[in-house]
Amino acid sequence: MSTASDEKTRQAPAGERVADWADGRLGIYGAAKGMVRKVFPDHWSFMLGEIALWSFVVIILTGVYLTLFFHPSMNEVVYDGSYVPMQGVRMTEAYASTLDISFDVRGGLLIRQIHHWAALIFVAAMFVHMMRVFFTGAFRKPREINWVFGFLLFVLALFTGLTGYSLPDDLLSGTGVRFAQGAILSTPIVGTYISMFLFGGEFPGHDIVARFYSIHILLLPGIMLGLVVAHLILVFYHKHTQFAGPGKTNNNVVGAPFLPIYMAKAGGFFFLVFGVIAIISAIATINPVWAIGPYRPDLVSTGAQPDWYLGFSEGLIRVMPGWEINVWGHTFVLGVFIPLMIFPLVLVALAVYPFIESWVTGDKREHHILDRPRNVPTRTGFGVAWLTLYFILLIGGGNDIWATHFHLSINTITWFIRIAFFVGPVVAFVITKRICLGLQRRDAEKVLHGRESGVIKRLPHGEFVEVHQPLDQGALHTLTAHEQYKPAELGPTVDENGVERKTSPVEKVRVKLSKGYYGEGNQIPKPTAEEYKEITSGHGHH
Amino acid sequence: MSSNRISDENLPAEQESAHAEVERADDPFANPGMPAHRPRIQDIDERAAKRSERAVAAMFTLSMLATIGFIASFVAFPVDKIVYIWPFGHVSALNFSLGLTLGVALFAIGAGAIHWARTLMSDVEIIQERHPIEATPEVAAQAKKDFLLGSAESGFGRRKLIRNTMFGALAMVPLSGVVLLRDLGPLPEDKLRTTFWKKGLMLINQNTNEPLRPEDVTVGSLTFAQPEGLDDHNPDFNNEIAKAALMIVRIQPSEIKDKRELEWSHEGIVAYSKICTHVGCPISLYEQQTHHVLCPCHQSTFDLSDGARVIFGPAGHALPQLRIGVNDEGYLEALGDFDEPVGPSFWERG
Repeated sequence: MSTASDEKTRQAPAGERVADWADGRLGIYGAAKGMVRKVFPDHWSFMLGEIALWSFVVIILTGVYLTLFFHPSMNEVVYDGSYVPMQGVRMTEAYASTLDISFDVRGGLLIRQIHHWAALIFVAAMFVHMMRVFFTGAFRKPREINWVFGFLLFVLALFTGLTGYSLPDDLLSGTGVRFAQGAILSTPIVGTYISMFLFGGEFPGHDIVARFYSIHILLLPGIMLGLVVAHLILVFYHKHTQFAGPGKTNNNVVGAPFLPIYMAKAGGFFFLVFGVIAIISAIATINPVWAIGPYRPDLVSTGAQPDWYLGFSEGLIRVMPGWEINVWGHTFVLGVFIPLMIFPLVLVALAVYPFIESWVTGDKREHHILDRPRNVPTRTGFGVAWLTLYFILLIGGGNDIWATHFHLSINTITWFIRIAFFVGPVVAFVITKRICLGLQRRDAEKVLHGRESGVIKRLPHGEFVEVHQPLDQGALHTLTAHEQYKPAELGPTVDENGVERKTSPVEKVRVKLSKGYYGEGNQIPKPTAEEYKEITSGHGHH
Repeated sequence: MSSNRISDENLPAEQESAHAEVERADDPFANPGMPAHRPRIQDIDERAAKRSERAVAAMFTLSMLATIGFIASFVAFPVDKIVYIWPFGHVSALNFSLGLTLGVALFAIGAGAIHWARTLMSDVEIIQERHPIEATPEVAAQAKKDFLLGSAESGFGRRKLIRNTMFGALAMVPLSGVVLLRDLGPLPEDKLRTTFWKKGLMLINQNTNEPLRPEDVTVGSLTFAQPEGLDDHNPDFNNEIAKAALMIVRIQPSEIKDKRELEWSHEGIVAYSKICTHVGCPISLYEQQTHHVLCPCHQSTFDLSDGARVIFGPAGHALPQLRIGVNDEGYLEALGDFDEPVGPSFWERG
């Protein structure tokens, strides 16, 4: 042993020596610069994305476990496991191994239920997280690409859910696959070909479970894992957005450091999410595939429903009138194909929104301060209109459940949905906008006249007034920090030489939209410092 | 700031730059800066901090105990033991105890870590500057210069023959992958147009597995049938039953409104495809008074007394009817295959 190494061991503890070793090979100290103490702002709504992230991790962990026991095969076997009602029944190996996981593998049922519950929570968390990002304008520059990544994750999760849900080959999931196959058949020209290639022949064939399996456990989650990593890298790189408040500007980020606070909070949150899902799975049965038996194309159970996130596509297909046009020996199956096309359109409308809004505003600056939804009434209105459409279709997807639970006519419900599909979003848009404008007025009122203290004062001449307390400067700043755009205007119709100037129709649309967003009556001008001073310097004002 | 170029004169003035320092003192809405840090009780009272420490440690200990409980449950409870637990009813003892102990073990770690972060770690807020994402003009110019240099050195723009053939090769090579997908399945041909049914096949009752006689079909009942010779040991049973499944009802001949339906029936017994013409669910609900059948998946409703035409719901056309008769031994038999494709519509259906 040389003295030099003795000295070194005395100087540095083991952990540091490992880090030094790694730095010489990986450059970790350079990478850690700015990362270890990276600041993240705090707000309850920033936690929604974390729920999605952690439930994704739970899904992967439990999914790997399930692959150890699941047999993705459609070979027929006669069940002889321990679940008595199914003994002697012919079924595919996929269904039989799902029963084994549920009844013969100790803890298998728990892991299966955690996997399914986590999947539902994953999609729900992404959905709510996306709404948070939408309504606070967090998708604005520089985060548009991350919005698209998030959107892709959402869509891929829908399909991962669909393929995973179909694997057990039980009666309910098989019915779902049949629905998908029937929808594929409606595609003009190539429908029958896609169906034959996907199913390896006629429905249901012998291949679909094995094919869905590879899509469900490898292809889609592989892409999603990459997107999740990219999504998180961009969150780090852009630094998190924050709400306006004292000390917070568009050029800084205020909050707690990654190490130790977020390491503990976010890391701890993983255990909270996992723990809660485990407890739910202990007490609430999900997808009891044993109750309804193996899939047979000529059998069905009533009240068949997809998982909640595909309910809106179910609604589309249920309320669409059965239009079918036969011309030149071919069939346009519009009653199925139109819903099949509206389904992606509803989603894509969400994906492209940031680009539409930035085109309307023409704003090329970075935005790191979040909007309060009320301060952007038109965007908020669009968001609520979209949600309204989504939930109307979700109701449509369960029209039979509504009918049986509330003793309503299914025909009435279907007609209600058909009309609400068009009317609901418009009504929601108008109402939301009015509410936002009302809230803006209230904010302006609060800034100028202070907050109601609840103290009633009687004036010498007998009048009763409520004492208003002026806001402190922090609150005043928070309520007036939002930016207000001026509506875009068309330039003069003639140039300086009196020659007619051409305005492109696209530009005209942009100006119209801009007026709709920021024109008179579409936002309440925020109080100015002059107004404020005039009122507060005034005497005798209550 | 280079990233904050304002492209449109209608953009709002920026909060930070619009107010010069002098003005700021005068502006009642100016950003007052970070409020002073307010210490928590743990910051000033060591006893409170100790209490927090014990609470965190207690949660971590609870987690350890729960893990031991998990292992004990795994060993102790047989996999098929069912117990009654209020208010959940009869549940699997193993699933319940494993889930609960695992949940507590995980939750307690999370709760401990978060309590630790909230009460004992510093809660002084830190301010960090943001920097524009886009590069400074110099860096951007250098990057573009490098790219142009590299591109020029490759001769990419100059040697068009190389460029175009390369594009051609790159565009064509994925075709091999597409071609390889060809054997995923057979071509459709007329597979969707034919079923297992053919002339002379008896109608087998799916409940009894016996051939049906006309007298077995009573008014008001719904009988499901499959073709003779198709048994569920056949490897293609599912493919065949997906097209051949049959629904049989008896209607008073005087109540049958459709002329062809009456012609294809036997003494008022009509046989229709059970597979919905919407997206292929099996129809299973029958209203005996009205002779309506309803698909439970998407609620398409068909009138079996009127050619099974669609009277409500998303289906696009009537259910195909199977022409039936009675053979020499008095059993119901098919007089041929369906004369149109069963199940969901498709492009080539016509």
